[in-house]
Amino acid sequence: MHVTRGFTGRPRVPNAALPPGQYDAGDDWPVLSAEVTPELTPEEWSFRIDGLVERPHTWNWDEAHALPASAYEGDIHCVTSWSKFGVRFGGVSLDAFLDVVRPHGSATHVVAYAHTGYTTNLPLADVTGGRAWIAWEYDGRPLAPEHGGPARLIVPHLYFWKSAKWIAGLRILDHDEPGFWESNGYHPRGNPWEEQRYSGD
Amino acid sequence: MTETLGTAQPFTPPTRFAVPGRIAVDDQVASEWQAATITEVRRETPRAATFRLAVPVWPGHLPGQHLMVRLRARDGYVAQRHYSIASAPDDTGHIELTLDHVEGGEVSGWFHTVAEPGDTVEVRGPVSGFFAWPGDRPALLLGAGSGVVPLMSMVRHSRARGSDVPLRLLVSARSPEELLYAREYGPETTAVFTRSAPAGVPVGRMSLAHVAPLLAERPPGGWEAYVCGSNGFAEHASRLLVAAGQPVDRIRIERFG
Ligand SMILES: Cc1cc2nc3c(=O)[nH]c(=O)nc-3n(C[C@H](O)[C@H](O)[C@H](O)COP(=O)(O)OP(=O)(O)OC[C@H]3O[C@@H](n4cnc5c(N)ncnc54)[C@H](O)[C@@H]3O)c2cc1C
Repeated sequence: MHVTRGFTGRPRVPNAALPPGQYDAGDDWPVLSAEVTPELTPEEWSFRIDGLVERPHTWNWDEAHALPASAYEGDIHCVTSWSKFGVRFGGVSLDAFLDVVRPHGSATHVVAYAHTGYTTNLPLADVTGGRAWIAWEYDGRPLAPEHGGPARLIVPHLYFWKSAKWIAGLRILDHDEPGFWESNGYHPRGNPWEEQRYSGD
Repeated sequence: MTETLGTAQPFTPPTRFAVPGRIAVDDQVASEWQAATITEVRRETPRAATFRLAVPVWPGHLPGQHLMVRLRARDGYVAQRHYSIASAPDDTGHIELTLDHVEGGEVSGWFHTVAEPGDTVEVRGPVSGFFAWPGDRPALLLGAGSGVVPLMSMVRHSRARGSDVPLRLLVSARSPEELLYAREYGPETTAVFTRSAPAGVPVGRMSLAHVAPLLAERPPGGWEAYVCGSNGFAEHASRLLVAAGQPVDRIRIERFG
């Protein structure tokens, strides 16, 4: 392996909660979307699940909020190498939405898409079993537009580009289909603990 | 009711987003690290310098693309960061990066205080096709600080080809001393200064008054807009574009964080 002359890196405190190649961003929360932040009000927001499901369904703001509340408390990791510890997102578990539409037995993957048209792909197993949320609150307050407000997907065990901002829907599929960044050289799954940053990692 | 779905049919979201996937990235290239040698260091401003690298198997790039740089310490610790490519595509096997010296920065700090010609770093790329401009469509470029780096690659490319595809650059800097590539700009460029400006030039943020006239001189087919800089600048500049009538799906944004 190639060592860079004179490079030592920052003094490091070992931290088992930090995936390889990540640093603790502390109070910072960098914004890294490729599109214009949409001006989307809760009244205009909707969330649809269709594709390989028994009953495709669209929820508006009030209908989504009528589902049982569920929060994520824990860490998030961005592929650009910052991690953020002890964040709290309030919303609804994706399981509650999926219980309504009932995916077919043949379903294996989803494409999550945003109101802007951004897309990202995920194995169905990564968004079920209490591992994904539709979130509208951060730290007890409405989620800011530049962080995906009024509502975004949260899949905290994968790199954060999977957690589509301004979430508009999920299309359930029986095959994997790359989304926006995945078509632009990023890894199809994006597990931070295995450092799956770019295709081929 | 059961919805059936042609599974071979790729899914297209209901809203189009900046012509996604316009430029295919070579997965093979995007996944392989190679050692590149610094051949030249040029000071640009008190806070920024350009590093010229000889890359053994550079597959070529499009203006606007970036790469990954990886530094490795003796104890195995590695740091990797994204850097836009400043140079126009050419066949010399060299590329140039322009780095700001970030206060307390791990990687930019090494480049600015240790690196010299003959040193090697690892690179991988180019890694993203989204922000690339092949030179085929009229482009309106808005950048601030080091955000002008990928835009400069576009300007240089356009010049090197003697292209007559319309290209306009609006660049924001704190002061004339901090304006990157100042001597290289031509009539395609308007500089905006936020803290101090040359005599006769007003001081202030980029505004609708800068953006609207460029949108008014709409070329056939309209502009592709490219916005690059800090998140604060990217939010501000992209909102100006929308306010001036640029369609949202023809605005590409690269945020340096
Ligand atoms: C697509 C893209 C293209 C880019 N292109 C360019 C370019 O052309 N030119 C350019 O100059 N930059 C560019 N950047 C930014 C670049 O990737 C780096 O973020 C920048 O150089 C800073 O890296 P660094 O290692 O010097 O600083 P870092 O060490 O990452 O520090 C950045 C900030 O975070 C703080 N910080 C980070 N880690 C720690 C830690 N462990 N403890 C305490 N504080 C910490 C630092 O104090 C500092 O304020 C680009 C970014 C992106 C995403």
